[in-house]
Amino acid sequence: MTDSITRETIDNDDIDPDFLDKVVEAGADRLRTCIQCGTCSSVCPSGRRTAFRTRELIRKSLLGLKDEVLSSPDLWLCATCLTCLERCPRQIKVTDAIIIMRNMAVKEGFMLPQHRKASQKLIETGHAVPIDDANRAIRKELGLQENPPTTHSNEKALKDVREIMKRTGFIELIEEEEERS
Amino acid sequence: MTETKTYSFFLGCVMPNRFPNVEASIRLVLPKLGIELEDIEGASCCPAPGVIRSFDEPTWLALASRNLALAEMAGHDIITGCNGCYGTFKETLLEIHEHPERLKEVQDYFKGLGIKFQGNVDAKHLIEVISDLGIEEIKKKVTKPLKGIRVGVHYGCHLLKPSKNRPWKQTQRHTFLDELVEVTGASSIKYKDKFLCCGAGGGVRGSQVAVSVDIAKEKLDNMIEAGVDCIVDVCSFCHLQFESSQVQLNKELGEQKYQIPVLYFTQLLGLSMGLDPANLGLDVHMINTQPLLDKILS
Repeated sequence: MTDSITRETIDNDDIDPDFLDKVVEAGADRLRTCIQCGTCSSVCPSGRRTAFRTRELIRKSLLGLKDEVLSSPDLWLCATCLTCLERCPRQIKVTDAIIIMRNMAVKEGFMLPQHRKASQKLIETGHAVPIDDANRAIRKELGLQENPPTTHSNEKALKDVREIMKRTGFIELIEEEEERS
Repeated sequence: MTETKTYSFFLGCVMPNRFPNVEASIRLVLPKLGIELEDIEGASCCPAPGVIRSFDEPTWLALASRNLALAEMAGHDIITGCNGCYGTFKETLLEIHEHPERLKEVQDYFKGLGIKFQGNVDAKHLIEVISDLGIEEIKKKVTKPLKGIRVGVHYGCHLLKPSKNRPWKQTQRHTFLDELVEVTGASSIKYKDKFLCCGAGGGVRGSQVAVSVDIAKEKLDNMIEAGVDCIVDVCSFCHLQFESSQVQLNKELGEQKYQIPVLYFTQLLGLSMGLDPANLGLDVHMINTQPLLDKILS
């Protein structure tokens, strides 16, 4: 049992010694220079109202707690406002590190259902937020082309966009994810 | 006579598909400033920097490069009115310029599709292009100064950060948008935490609505306390956030506390140029703009 007095210990099995290297290699250089000052947490708009603590997330990744970091819903509370990245006294690209860890989380099968849905819309239409009837009507009223001149009005373009997503493995990633959940 | 320059107009998702009124105001106002817009036939989602980039970065880079390639092939720089799309294009260009192997990677994905891309294209936010025209140039277009209108200016995040990859003179406490708002005759009102995020980005609006709306609420409360007549933004996603969060907060409260009209910059500028509010799309807002229009016309 854990309470405020008992010291929580980390099981050796929970530590993945390669995790930090992988995050750093993917572009989060300087991550090891983190001094846990907490500037990132103090400027975080999500941290102001939730239990999300950027400093804690970075500490856990430094410790190599891969599963804990990647499976945590907190990873998805970052609004990518980039304030922590601007203010970090060690000039760590904190937001980049979070995005790298999110990519790893998705590969491990941790994806929120709403995000999967947005990805499916992108695959279907070329837009993460596609047009609907109400907005078609408004467009017409305003004298705009009813469907915008995007993948919404161009079949060849939509085909190209889908082909690229097939080649990058995105379609497989999203469909696999759906089968798993 | 103002010199004109043509840009490839990148729409994104939220603007054409949720706020066509913002799109209409941009298409109306920019040519009057000598900024010609050419459509990019077949553009897709940028894709979103905090969402698709968070799921699979190589897909984000490839699709962003495709959109940039369409502008490059048309021979124009790309122009966008959304901070998210702007961030995606700025970060994509930096990535392929700093790491040539990433350019090679996206070129490989494009094989056989007729998409030529060398990265020889620039990405601009429309407010950057307007700002570059200079205050004096804009002032000449203002025929109906919006005297006495109190504006809460919202810059948003990706327009300004990461500051190392942005064109602004300052790295924080920016004033260029306040200056552009004040050219219209309106006043930019100081309010608490003006540079705070709107709360929509990073997939937070999509998956954790309560947290997202609570961040917007903090900004809205600060603006109400400062006594603003309207919000002015330059990002279609921030725009969605302020419009729909107010509706949602009113519903939860059971009272109409949140009634701040949300204007995109070109709508405000258009009003000061004497353009018809309906042509600027001001009659299809989620939060009624009539009280503001009444104050302007009185």
